[in-house]
Amino acid sequence: MRTLALIKRIFFQMIRDKRALALMMVAPLLILTLLHYLFTGDSANPRIGVVNADSQIVKQLKNKDIIVKQYNEVTNTKKTLKNDDLDGFLEFQDNDIKLTLKNEDPSSTKALQMKIQQSIAAETAKKQVSNLTHFMGNIKSKLPNLPFTMETVNAPKVSTSYIYGSKDTTFFDILGPILVGYFVFFFVFLISGIALLKERTTGTLDRLIATPIQRRSIVFGYLLGYGLFAVIQTVIVVFYAVKILDIMLVGSLWNVIIINLVLALVALSLGILLSAFANSEFQMMQFIPIVIIPQAFFAGILPVDGMAGWLQVIAKCMPMYYGGNALQDIMYKGLGLRDISSDLLILLGFALVFIVLNIFVLKKYRKI
Amino acid sequence: MASIVVNQVSKSFGKKEVLKKISLTVEPGQIYGLIGPSGSGKTTLVKIIVGMDQASEGTVQVLDTTVPNLSLLQNIGYMAQADALYTDLTGKENLAFFASLFKLSKNEQKKRIAYAADLVNLTPDLKKRVEAYSGGMKRRLSLAVALIQDPQVLILDEPTVGIDPELRLSIWQELYRLKDEGKTILVTTHVMDEAEKCDRLAMVRDGVILTSGTPAELKEQFGITSLEEVFLKAGGKMG
Repeated sequence: MRTLALIKRIFFQMIRDKRALALMMVAPLLILTLLHYLFTGDSANPRIGVVNADSQIVKQLKNKDIIVKQYNEVTNTKKTLKNDDLDGFLEFQDNDIKLTLKNEDPSSTKALQMKIQQSIAAETAKKQVSNLTHFMGNIKSKLPNLPFTMETVNAPKVSTSYIYGSKDTTFFDILGPILVGYFVFFFVFLISGIALLKERTTGTLDRLIATPIQRRSIVFGYLLGYGLFAVIQTVIVVFYAVKILDIMLVGSLWNVIIINLVLALVALSLGILLSAFANSEFQMMQFIPIVIIPQAFFAGILPVDGMAGWLQVIAKCMPMYYGGNALQDIMYKGLGLRDISSDLLILLGFALVFIVLNIFVLKKYRKI
Repeated sequence: MASIVVNQVSKSFGKKEVLKKISLTVEPGQIYGLIGPSGSGKTTLVKIIVGMDQASEGTVQVLDTTVPNLSLLQNIGYMAQADALYTDLTGKENLAFFASLFKLSKNEQKKRIAYAADLVNLTPDLKKRVEAYSGGMKRRLSLAVALIQDPQVLILDEPTVGIDPELRLSIWQELYRLKDEGKTILVTTHVMDEAEKCDRLAMVRDGVILTSGTPAELKEQFGITSLEEVFLKAGGKMG
């Protein structure tokens, strides 16, 4: 019943703090929306300039969505690249090809380089084939009696199928599930941590401890009180991401909500715990670069499998590693609850440890 | 059977010794005053008596129960030196919250909230949020919170700071009435005219009780008429 009194009080305090409420409910939606449009927008087509190019090669390049600008002569490649806002420049001199790349953005440059090389290789192969046919024809006409046929080799057709996603999968489809979990984690951590901190600094926690409330009732009161808002936030964020932003969701929506609720529980207990080691709101903020931001690196946005051994060890200590993994499994890969049960159990383990630690940390305030 | 027994209590924070072998006894129906300058260790002693802090040495018993004890807290009304109130809630919500922590029934809650609010003259302001309260109003609400569960023992840390003389008088009248009901009241103060109103006094400085007794005894002992002088003399002796 004392826990209930605490929950009721937190509820009243929360609904009066419109700003905190807005931060918790609206801010994640805002950021998700921004990221969604940032990552799904089409990237601009690359522009290259060419000199002395074979018209076939130009055709090949154009087929690959490259904007080709032809020049008769160029004296200063560098200057032309800059002035005409080109991403690369191709100069054909006899048998040599000189490629100059601007390399403003390494990843798109790599893609452009690949496309150009493919075009040139394809064109070269075509030429080879026609040369060879011509050569064979010559031999045939000179030696008419020879039984001579040439098998033409058809290029093998590669048909691609995908286990997860499709050819239209964008980076955001992989990023989205992680972001949903990450924002739930981040905002629940922030709000709950600062709320309990306020209680510590204004002395009301001291006052609370002078009443016959048990330490664990305080911890549970906080978990449930803020948990209520965390549940609402989670549901809003998940529905918004899936129904409005249309983030890829192959598995069940309920599983997504379950994972996020467990993540919120971990964030809640961690926020309350860390607030014990902060003396002001600013000190609480100092935990963000230490505790919250590294979680993003290990949540699955960067592939953990390829990391150095010691980094993988760190990854396994991060709740978001399991959360991100489970969310990707459900939303992107479409796996079921059974496949993510170990992730969920580990997350619940984190929460349990933090809750027990919370009850212990309150001993600082009252021994019994 | 004494209500509060403090036996040889010492407390150190690291190397700094804040309380040195403090002993005192408060009888039921007594108003016991702890007077001393700020930094003398009064608040630390009070917190140890409530059970919010632990003595490094010595024992404390309240109502024959060794402190700390969870169910004992049901019978202790505590008012902290700093107002510990939820400023985003109304006065009434603050009182109701603490009342439910003491597990008062709905009916009792209503009665006690009305009583406590009336006692500190806050009835017309109960629906206002505490952030709109003046310093004195917050102090009064803190006192009302301390009284909410009708406790046997009241421990008030500087209860009348920032309260105007008229209200201070009415609060003391109420403390006398509570005393007549047999309640035990421990008050800390650094206002000498309040010390005069206590049944017994202990003068604290640098974590030591300099002297104790009834106000009259103290004055007699030092041959002076005002407690202020007693305090200065007793303190001077130490130096």
